[in-house]
Amino acid sequence: MKKRTNFWGWFWVLLAMVYFLVPLVGTLEFSLEMLRGIRSFAAYQAVFDDPQFAETFLFSNQMALLTIIASLALFVPTAYWVHLRVPRWRPVVEFITLMPFVIPAIVLVFGMIKIYKNPVVIGPVMLLQAPTNSVLGTNALLVAGYVVLAMPYMYRAVDTGLRAMDVRTLTEAAQSLGAGWFTIIVRVILPNLRAALLSGALLTFAIVVGELTLANFLDRPAFGPYLWLLGQHRAYEPAALSIISFGLTWAALGMIYLVSRGRGGQAQVAGAR
Amino acid sequence: MGFLDLINIRKTFGAADAVAEFNLEVERGEFVSFLGPSGCGKTTTLRMIAGFEPPTAGQIRINGVDVTSKSPNQRNVGMVFQSYALFPNMTVAGNVGFGMKVTRRPKEEIAARVKEMLALIRMPELDNRYPYQLSGGQQQRVALARALAIRPQVLLLDEPLSALDAKIRVELRGEIRRIQRELGITTIYVTHDQEEALSLSDRIVVMSAGHIEQIGGPFEIYNFPKTAFVASFVGTLNQLRCQVVDPAGGKLSLEGQTLLSNSPVSAAAGQPVLAMLRPEELHFGAANGENRLDGEVLSVVFLGAVVRVQVGIGSSVLTLDALNERRLTLPKVGDRQTVSFPPHAVWVMPAS
Repeated sequence: MKKRTNFWGWFWVLLAMVYFLVPLVGTLEFSLEMLRGIRSFAAYQAVFDDPQFAETFLFSNQMALLTIIASLALFVPTAYWVHLRVPRWRPVVEFITLMPFVIPAIVLVFGMIKIYKNPVVIGPVMLLQAPTNSVLGTNALLVAGYVVLAMPYMYRAVDTGLRAMDVRTLTEAAQSLGAGWFTIIVRVILPNLRAALLSGALLTFAIVVGELTLANFLDRPAFGPYLWLLGQHRAYEPAALSIISFGLTWAALGMIYLVSRGRGGQAQVAGAR
Repeated sequence: MGFLDLINIRKTFGAADAVAEFNLEVERGEFVSFLGPSGCGKTTTLRMIAGFEPPTAGQIRINGVDVTSKSPNQRNVGMVFQSYALFPNMTVAGNVGFGMKVTRRPKEEIAARVKEMLALIRMPELDNRYPYQLSGGQQQRVALARALAIRPQVLLLDEPLSALDAKIRVELRGEIRRIQRELGITTIYVTHDQEEALSLSDRIVVMSAGHIEQIGGPFEIYNFPKTAFVASFVGTLNQLRCQVVDPAGGKLSLEGQTLLSNSPVSAAAGQPVLAMLRPEELHFGAANGENRLDGEVLSVVFLGAVVRVQVGIGSSVLTLDALNERRLTLPKVGDRQTVSFPPHAVWVMPAS
């Protein structure tokens, strides 16, 4: 009986691995066939030789980093406050954070362009030049848009992390020991959210680096549009790029695993005794 | 004026009073328990002292200083929670030293205090452990050390033993009292467990439905309850519905049998009253007092140190606790038995 269970267990694992690995191996194969008849890394060479690759990749990484910082600054205190003080608003807040799934990015970007192509004016006072007229302004719009796109993932990650600990009692314990709000968030809440924040950050990173619509319509030199362009005009390089980005993603996942395991307490946050 | 004064405290949630007319003076170094069923307002009152809930009305003074409007982190009040609430990301030493780190004490001072506190809770070796590596009892000791490390003026404990096993509970109860005596710290202890309250406290505040029923020492609360609620909530109690026969002589009638009481009877002859009796004051046989009731044994429960027997007197049921002895012969269900007790064991309350 036991043997049977084992067999079927392995069967499903292998089936899943085949499903997952076959396209990957196929892509890898294809990316190595740029030069007729021999296996070579010519496609990878071509990718790395293109200065646009480095430029756009760097740009998107910077945007991703800014997006992660902005969304952490926005969502950690929000989710914390909702948990602590207004738990009955949680469904409402959750609904709002899910909006980007329903509203396509194209609507978001056209909305932004329509509003921010004009100067920001309150009454007779002009606060800001039209943001779309400057590189800085457009980048800011791009990051703002990314924050919205990443919101469902980031908020959910933070929310899950907060659910796994007794936010209210930990906060009160810290308060009674003399800690103020800033100390509580930095010394008590954030460290216990580390694993959750890392996974949120990784998802945000993945979304931003591959994002096409916002970057395209705001006309920024991002990695998404570059990928898309390359896919339109080349055969082997996109395959090589897929493998590269896949490797990067796995490296990031591995890092998260290591970091969340590294400090004893983290992995055990939810494990009450 | 005491060291900790609660003056006319009231707290309303919506339209309902969670706590009302709460007045209490606690002396320096005193151990006071708030005892009551869940929802009686004991935890709410404790949270108001800690500063987590602002009182709707009234004043809280610690050492003569009005702290009513101060935030929790300005009150210098130590708090221990039912769920321990240790910071999972910090070691035992990190947890215990947290309060001093927050107030930017020098490193050496923190290290010394942590060492002192861990010695106090008898866990000097475990400073590098993380909370998840400790048992529940150990975690609660660390939580106690953490609360005491800031040298608080008042220590508050919110059902600190409720999440622990029976044996650990009794052990830690003794530890808490020992440490409290050693430091002479003013302590408020919230519990729904009467045994904890009776065994630990200098004084007990029995609460029900948001107000104080009685304040007194454990002996006083148990033996001289002022209200029917206190009488029935603390300890096991027989409440027998009787008719008054002779109010002046303390003479009552229970199912046709006579019952004598030393306590004054305020109702007139013929009126119904409740006669109150602790099970441990009753004995089998006729030798233990002027009151003798005949009845039938309904159940016998062997609890170890105590044998609890229920005797039916007509339609009333009397609970009797006999101390266990090896030579004891347990009564059998269905036996006819005489139960005796002295008149001073009986006190009378108006029937509601």
